[in-house]
Amino acid sequence: MNDINIFSIIFFVIGVLFDLFGCIGLIRLPDVYNRLQSATKSVTLGTCSILFGLFLHYGFTAAGLKALIAIPLLFFASTVAAHALIRGSYTFGIKLWKGTVKDDYKDVKK
Amino acid sequence: MISNILLYFLFGMSFLCLIRVIFGPTMADRMVAIDIFGILVVGICGLLAIITRRSFLIDIAIAWILLSFIGTITLAKYLTGKKLDE
Amino acid sequence: MRYITLFLIMFILWMLFTFNGELPNIVIGITVSLITTLIFGRSFVKDTKKFFQPKRYFWIIVYLIIFVWECIKANIDVAYRVLSPKMPIKPAIVKAKTTLKTDIAKTFLANSITMTPGTITVDIIDDEFFIHWIYLSKEKPEEYTHIILGRFEKFLKRIFE
Repeated sequence: MNDINIFSIIFFVIGVLFDLFGCIGLIRLPDVYNRLQSATKSVTLGTCSILFGLFLHYGFTAAGLKALIAIPLLFFASTVAAHALIRGSYTFGIKLWKGTVKDDYKDVKK
Repeated sequence: MISNILLYFLFGMSFLCLIRVIFGPTMADRMVAIDIFGILVVGICGLLAIITRRSFLIDIAIAWILLSFIGTITLAKYLTGKKLDE
Repeated sequence: MRYITLFLIMFILWMLFTFNGELPNIVIGITVSLITTLIFGRSFVKDTKKFFQPKRYFWIIVYLIIFVWECIKANIDVAYRVLSPKMPIKPAIVKAKTTLKTDIAKTFLANSITMTPGTITVDIIDDEFFIHWIYLSKEKPEEYTHIILGRFEKFLKRIFE
């Protein structure tokens, strides 16, 4: 169990911390749009960090390279999913939070 | 040892997501929580690959990324009110 | 030309995913790449000459370094907003104009904006981006356009145009 090198442990800890921040944001923030803000991106960065730690652990072997190319895959998947979700919820008609300062998109939509 | 502790942390976060799935006021909240849950499972797969020393779990992680992506896109398309084959 | 480039990319991706140099695996890879190319070749980028210019790959590496740095900085900012008891958020949807021309550059710009915590692209209509921002720090349109788009735009222009 002790043969994991120190750098990958550092990356794992950073990744889990960012995941934790994202999940706290998912619980605390007031509306769908802000939850997407905090959650999707912090969690994606955290998981990317875990995958990078995996790459450092395995080195340039089959498993390590797979972990490395999973990073851009996860990156594009989560950004496109976040974009689709935020646009879908706007089209669905979910109200913005009452503290929202400005809404330029409203004029285009109607 | 430390990776086991981190794994339990990730399980706890998945339960936080499930809280949002159960109590989410609107449908979109639940979808966001499911999306996040899918990304967390990728991290769980990665840590399990380290702990159990079975590197094929990384393949499962890659497949999981693609499947959760397709699922989220489908749900989001349903949210915009279109039919799924448009 | 377009089909050949897409086929090469697909084949390299297949080899990376499976990571297995045996002959049956390569044959399956070629078959699958051919099918994918025939189905999706129509919607691939038109100007494939850009794939073979090494100068662009250098800028991609520079861009990646800057992007990861911005990403980490902004993530710490969002983590601070989430964790602090008063939750200093001031969400807004703002409009920003870009100077990029090609579609793929706009796509990458939108993805970069979405990945930087604090901003999500809601929609793109022609050259206007609609961006949901968690904390509106500047009031004037020019200032926030510069803050959101300025740091990525000049590199993307070198990479894709």
